[in-house]
Amino acid sequence: MGKGLHRRILIGALLAGTACMSGCKKNDAAAGAGAADAVKVGVLHSLSGTMAISEVTVKNSTQLAIDEINAAGGVNGKKIQAVTEDGASDPATFAQKASKLIDDDGVVTVFGGWTSSSRKAMLPVFEKTKNLLWYPVQFEGNECSPNIMYSGAQPNQQILPAYDWAKQKGFKKIFLVGSDYVFPRTANLILKKHIEHDGLTMSGEEYQPMGGTDFSGVVAKIRAAKPDVIFNTLNGDSNVAFFKQMAAAGMKSDVIPVMSFSIGEQEAQAMGPSLVEGSYAGWNYFQTLDNPENAKFVAAYKAKFGADAVVTDPMVHGYLDVYVWKAAAEKAKSFDPAKVRAAAVTLDAVPTPLGTVKFAANNSLVQTGYIGQADPKGQFKILWTSPGMIDPNPYDALAFPGKTCTIS
Amino acid sequence: MDAAFLTGQVFNGFSVASIYILAALGLALSFGLMRVINMAHGEILMVGSYLAYLTILFIPGPLGIFAAMLVAFIGAGLLGAGLEAALVSKLTARPLDTLLATWGVSLILQQGARDVFGATGVSVTAPAWLDGAITIGALPLPAARLFIMAVAVAVLGGLALFLRMTRVGLLVRAVNQDRATASAMGVNVRQVDAFIFGLGAGVAGIGGVVLALLGPVTPNVGQSYIVTAFLVVVLGGLGSMIGTTIAAVMIGLVMALAQIFVDVSFAQVLTLLFVVLFLQFRPQGVIAIRSRALDAE
Repeated sequence: MGKGLHRRILIGALLAGTACMSGCKKNDAAAGAGAADAVKVGVLHSLSGTMAISEVTVKNSTQLAIDEINAAGGVNGKKIQAVTEDGASDPATFAQKASKLIDDDGVVTVFGGWTSSSRKAMLPVFEKTKNLLWYPVQFEGNECSPNIMYSGAQPNQQILPAYDWAKQKGFKKIFLVGSDYVFPRTANLILKKHIEHDGLTMSGEEYQPMGGTDFSGVVAKIRAAKPDVIFNTLNGDSNVAFFKQMAAAGMKSDVIPVMSFSIGEQEAQAMGPSLVEGSYAGWNYFQTLDNPENAKFVAAYKAKFGADAVVTDPMVHGYLDVYVWKAAAEKAKSFDPAKVRAAAVTLDAVPTPLGTVKFAANNSLVQTGYIGQADPKGQFKILWTSPGMIDPNPYDALAFPGKTCTIS
Repeated sequence: MDAAFLTGQVFNGFSVASIYILAALGLALSFGLMRVINMAHGEILMVGSYLAYLTILFIPGPLGIFAAMLVAFIGAGLLGAGLEAALVSKLTARPLDTLLATWGVSLILQQGARDVFGATGVSVTAPAWLDGAITIGALPLPAARLFIMAVAVAVLGGLALFLRMTRVGLLVRAVNQDRATASAMGVNVRQVDAFIFGLGAGVAGIGGVVLALLGPVTPNVGQSYIVTAFLVVVLGGLGSMIGTTIAAVMIGLVMALAQIFVDVSFAQVLTLLFVVLFLQFRPQGVIAIRSRALDAE
């Protein structure tokens, strides 16, 4: 009897441990100081939990844009008051905090989200309240809501350009490695359709649970399959384990090139630049991008957050979202989410660190795709630029035939 | 599927098992002796990883990794002993409270690491002599993984010798078999508890060092291993060292061999299914300990 009890306690402990990895995280919400002639906006990112590593910096750059706009006089004669909430790396918390921002704080719009799971959890909240979410991260497409402004890349602006580039380079056998959740699964679905359509070989497809660190089997399969290139949609810490174990098995990026879609400057720093040196990344922004707006932004960010701080694609999207929102609110002469949205998709191009960009009628950003190669300092040398700006398309014609995104 | 791939996966199974052994031994030791479930065990691994990072900052070079293991063993061991003395010993009569209290400690340690080292994680670079691979036939075996297996074997051997040959080991075995009688015979049961808790934590510290060779060092790193470690302890028969070792090898092999046919996510499902089925047919785990400590309850 005693023994059975102990086992039950142990199993209970096991379950508690599993549940708490996703569920029980601390919340540290901080509301900004109030002012009578201010307009409230929400900033909703994971400030704790596994995604904090990435999202805190997006929150910082969003805050930087808000501070800059306030210093320059605000929007429509009002200062912006940011109400910051912690999504705690947990989709349910994101949804709950989004409701709280809209219903209790009365924000006119929200900047935030990173994982697709967090966006999918918030979507019904924004549709129900007819508010507007500015989402800054590249994602898998296959979604089209009038209440979300998708400023991160659609698949045809990041993954497919990278695929086309790899095809041009003569890579024929492609191996897909990803974390096991909606973005990598959908991205790989699209890639597989294109690989099949173009007559290339898909030499393997492997998924690792979120946060998983044992790649021994994956590495062995890669060795057996001998691919020309690996397309990597792993997220977060798993990348460190993946690159370390590939290197330990004698397959660094110079032996089998890796093209990553979630490794930017920040991640390269955190992983140790020597680990990712020589590998490729596809984004719509690299810190090395040469234009005056970018120089100004990088300098301002470093002035505020330290000379060692690096800037990444999602951070720039978080930053430019605030400026586009400002321009749209000024054009609409209103903070009403529907009017701001209508103005945002008809704006003239806005100068941003990405260059001048504008939103398309389907609520997504028209932008350029880049391929970079990691250097020993964790920065990326831009090797390839897409021919012209790419119109966003949430529904890939091969993977989702017949679906289109029309927002009226 | 070729033979090299199959043997490679068997090797990987043992390699993963050796990590599980290092992660789970401490849990098995403290559970076997004290019936205490230490939810902060994963964070002790994490502390070991960060100690490795710090040691290698100060002692770079080919032998830094050995210094790191020594530092992590002592550092994590002291942390474990301190945790036992300050918290666990006060709650031994209330197992559920220990569970919650040590879980609290785990959160504190995670947040502490986040505040001291930052949320982004640090990287431990393996010394150059662990970089390459030793090729046997057509099969390159990564030196780092061979090293980890050697460490696991050395730790197991060392522990076995220690428990069998030394006087302290004798006391530990006595308390393990019959706490009340040992105490009546003059064994300081409290000291033995603190010692074994510290020893288990020290082993976890070494586990943390070798983990840093394969994966990231982040405040959350312990969380990725703790569930499997619990699984190994349950499957092994709650507290037996040999059982824990066999269970770790079983789980490692099932995990690795399943990956020949399915991806990692699904391999984890199959592994859990295997454990559930195994416990259906053998609820006492691999090795059942028959000790009076258990009968008494």
